[in-house]
Amino acid sequence: MASIALSSVTKTYGTHTVIRGVDLDIADGEFVVFVGPSGCGKSTLLRIVAGLVPASSGQVLIDGEEVTDVPASKRGVAFVFQSYALYPHMSVERNIGFALETMRLGKDAVRRKVETVARMLKVDHLLARRPRELSGGQRQRVAIGRALVREPEIFLFDEPLSNLDSDLRMEMRIEIARLHEDIKTTMVYVTHDQAEAMTLADRIVVLNQGSIEQVGTPLELYQSPVNRFVAGFIGSPRMNFADLAAGSGTNGFALPAGFLVDGGQPTSVGVRPEALSIVAAGAGRMDGILERVEDLGHEHFAYIRLSDETIWVVRVAGRPPAERRNQLVGLSFADADIFVFDGEGKRIAHRSSSALPEGVPAEGRLLHER
Amino acid sequence: MSAKLARREHRTAWLFLTPLVVVMLMVAVWPLGRTFFFSFTDAYLDDPAVYGMVGISNFIEVINDPAWWSAVRNTLTFAVISVAIETLLGLGIALLLNEAIPGRGLLRAAILVPWAIPVVVATKIWEWMLNDQFGVFNRILISLGLIDHGIAWTASSSLIMGVVIFIDVWMTTPFMVLLILAGLQTIPGEMMEAAEVDGIPAWKRFWSITLPLLKPAIGVAVLFRSLDAIRMFDLAYVLAASNQNVMTVSIYARDRLISFQELGVGSAASTWVFLLVALVAIILIGALRLDRSAGE
Repeated sequence: MASIALSSVTKTYGTHTVIRGVDLDIADGEFVVFVGPSGCGKSTLLRIVAGLVPASSGQVLIDGEEVTDVPASKRGVAFVFQSYALYPHMSVERNIGFALETMRLGKDAVRRKVETVARMLKVDHLLARRPRELSGGQRQRVAIGRALVREPEIFLFDEPLSNLDSDLRMEMRIEIARLHEDIKTTMVYVTHDQAEAMTLADRIVVLNQGSIEQVGTPLELYQSPVNRFVAGFIGSPRMNFADLAAGSGTNGFALPAGFLVDGGQPTSVGVRPEALSIVAAGAGRMDGILERVEDLGHEHFAYIRLSDETIWVVRVAGRPPAERRNQLVGLSFADADIFVFDGEGKRIAHRSSSALPEGVPAEGRLLHER
Repeated sequence: MSAKLARREHRTAWLFLTPLVVVMLMVAVWPLGRTFFFSFTDAYLDDPAVYGMVGISNFIEVINDPAWWSAVRNTLTFAVISVAIETLLGLGIALLLNEAIPGRGLLRAAILVPWAIPVVVATKIWEWMLNDQFGVFNRILISLGLIDHGIAWTASSSLIMGVVIFIDVWMTTPFMVLLILAGLQTIPGEMMEAAEVDGIPAWKRFWSITLPLLKPAIGVAVLFRSLDAIRMFDLAYVLAASNQNVMTVSIYARDRLISFQELGVGSAASTWVFLLVALVAIILIGALRLDRSAGE
């Protein structure tokens, strides 16, 4: 069991900066997930923690001890790779027990440990097989077993489920969550899959272009993102955004009168697809053309064109929307669901003028269109 | 697929194969068959049209000749020692070149130079460098005070085998490096990282991961080099002509065939060489399981 601390960690390759001054504290036993778009540096940051990539500057501390210059093999961490990285010429049993071979434990002790771990991960019936005879899910279980058998202080996962199909991904996600509950070891997990991040994490670290945008619990990130990037990144489908028209012209979007913001100059707004609902044209807060509907069975995504360059997505749960395509429809939502951002993309808190009742004709109420 | 379509595909395949089959018949099967045929005759090279069938007596004559067995011994000594040194050296250099060291690209190109020089040219250069009076090699040793007067490297019967092996190692180690380096580059980096994070010491990473995964590549390289070494002719012949101390089986066959004009006995010796090479190939392929382990 160990905590991790990063202080002003940077990584540059030549003139290319990949990690820009990252500070982060991960508590003992915590499950932290790094998310971000591809190329944001999340895997590099994980490799810096593991010692596979040396930091260009800054410090890495494990359990309060500086390990910046300690090689990966001496850090007591375990790493699970996206490619599984199993040894193809060894049986499953030897793959799992390989790291113990040099520990002078004795053959029987190694065998017992390997069997315990294999049972825990339900691969005990596969011990004699070679990796190529296993399915993707089984390979990843073996890879996790190989990490587990050393009883490491810290578990690091680099997109471990990305090569699996979606059913298996869901199953393994639950198993990893259960594993963390059982062994309570510090875990750091890199993924680009939001569902994994939201369901597994105690805290999520959102990275963008080598910097941390926000650290928080899944719900914090969803409910109060600090900026437009986090707001757009967390949530699926992503948040709908619209730029506010400069001045108070009648064209474009504008905040309704009586909408109070706490300082800052609002320049754009966002509303999540699940906060929107479709109503009759003119009955909502703005109107648009229903361009297409994606049916996923249990939910439906309606694409509504509000202006030439703005299309908003509405998530309709349950029954598909009754409105026909290319029809003018209205959109309705609550003031509390509006996110307001300033010119730099920072979110500005607002007190909604909730005195205005729902369903009143759109005129001047919030976002106005055309 | 319909039967008609399958037939058409077969016809197309044969169309593409025919030129190759014809060439193979002309340059491999025909000469081999002729050699095999002549090895049962008493023909002489001046007039091969006149011959009588003598059964297997030519084969028996060859294996009753002590010079043949001396050639076999020379050939096997040369093959085993030079291939062993080349493999170890090749593995070492390939491991070095596989590390991310500065100037790696240049080194990789430079190491290929000996491989690109024709054998006769390289042998002649080394012969001159090793010359007992004018050679640069002896000059260096003398100026370092290691010896008083030049050593006749290529004339001394006890040193010549060593010289032949040395030149062969110099020339063909690059080939080994190249094949083993290609093998090294197929080992996924993440696998080595996994072993590193797991605290596996470097020697065990090499012994238990790198080496087993390199086995197919090393096996192919050893097979190629061994077959090359067993039929080796040019290097020893250019350096020492028919010197008994480095006479290989190929040189023996050539001497019987050309120098002594004995088409029958020479053909029998060539057939023995062919059988020797085939035997070694079968043993190596079986021992290294190259037919099965490839690509795993």
